[in-house]
Amino acid sequence: MRAAVLVFPGSNRDGDVARALRLAGAEVTPVWHTETELPAGTDLAVVPGGFSYGDYLRCGAIAGRASVMDAVRRHASTGGLVLGICNGFQILCESGLLPGVLMRNVNRRFICHRQHLRVERTDTRFTSAYREGQVIDVCVAHGEGNYFADDDTLARIEGEGRVAFRYCDASGALTADANRNGSLNAIAGIYSEHRNVLGMMPHPENFVEDLVGGTDGLGLFQSLAA
Amino acid sequence: MKARIIVTLRTGVLDPQGKAIESALKSFGLNGIGNVRQGKVFDVELEIADRGEAETVLKSACERLLANTVVENYTIELS
Repeated sequence: MRAAVLVFPGSNRDGDVARALRLAGAEVTPVWHTETELPAGTDLAVVPGGFSYGDYLRCGAIAGRASVMDAVRRHASTGGLVLGICNGFQILCESGLLPGVLMRNVNRRFICHRQHLRVERTDTRFTSAYREGQVIDVCVAHGEGNYFADDDTLARIEGEGRVAFRYCDASGALTADANRNGSLNAIAGIYSEHRNVLGMMPHPENFVEDLVGGTDGLGLFQSLAA
Repeated sequence: MKARIIVTLRTGVLDPQGKAIESALKSFGLNGIGNVRQGKVFDVELEIADRGEAETVLKSACERLLANTVVENYTIELS
């Protein structure tokens, strides 16, 4: 597995996601946002979390139009894997690689806490190391993670089984308390039509080693590296 | 030529910031304040003489970057 981790001005989780990928056995190359091509042989392009361009205009709006994103679009259009986490999910939505938009959290607060997610399907390149319906314990840290799409788009995403993760409680129940940012249908992450692009607000890369309190995020990177 | 572009949230899209501002205004005891929605204003100086051409360029600017048309509308005013 050869992974390219994109770096924008204001990215700050690129080092953590690179570490998680290496732990799972991937080779990682950082790629600056002005590049026009991904390194030859790239299997996975990762858009990391952070605050690209200081969240100016809208979260992910300016990074979503960077030249490296044209390369990512070409990579995705030929079936290449793309993973966007947190600000990376916002960037993928702004770049048109995923539908919908991440709005200001409904409670108007920056939320930063451990978060349970329900794994909606395990027949994808991102989740094969998990069990169907498994509840994983990871983290969230964002102010704009409130997933919104128009009714037709939402119906299409649900109908095509493109929800990757939903916010839930420890037992897997989709409660209002568990969905603190107010996302439609408790959506924490979605796939593209062909399930080769995944965007998610929570941070699986935070929980890949016992030392920091959990390892439930490692499965995502192991799935990719498998 | 100068232009002012106004970007607002579409009707029906939740606006938590607008709601917070609305609550603050109402807390002053100001009478008659109803629903408040927050938007953005962009003032753009143009090096274009033709109005039609300016409108085309600005529309492209809005569609490609200034507005996310999933949740936002925009209006262009030329002066």
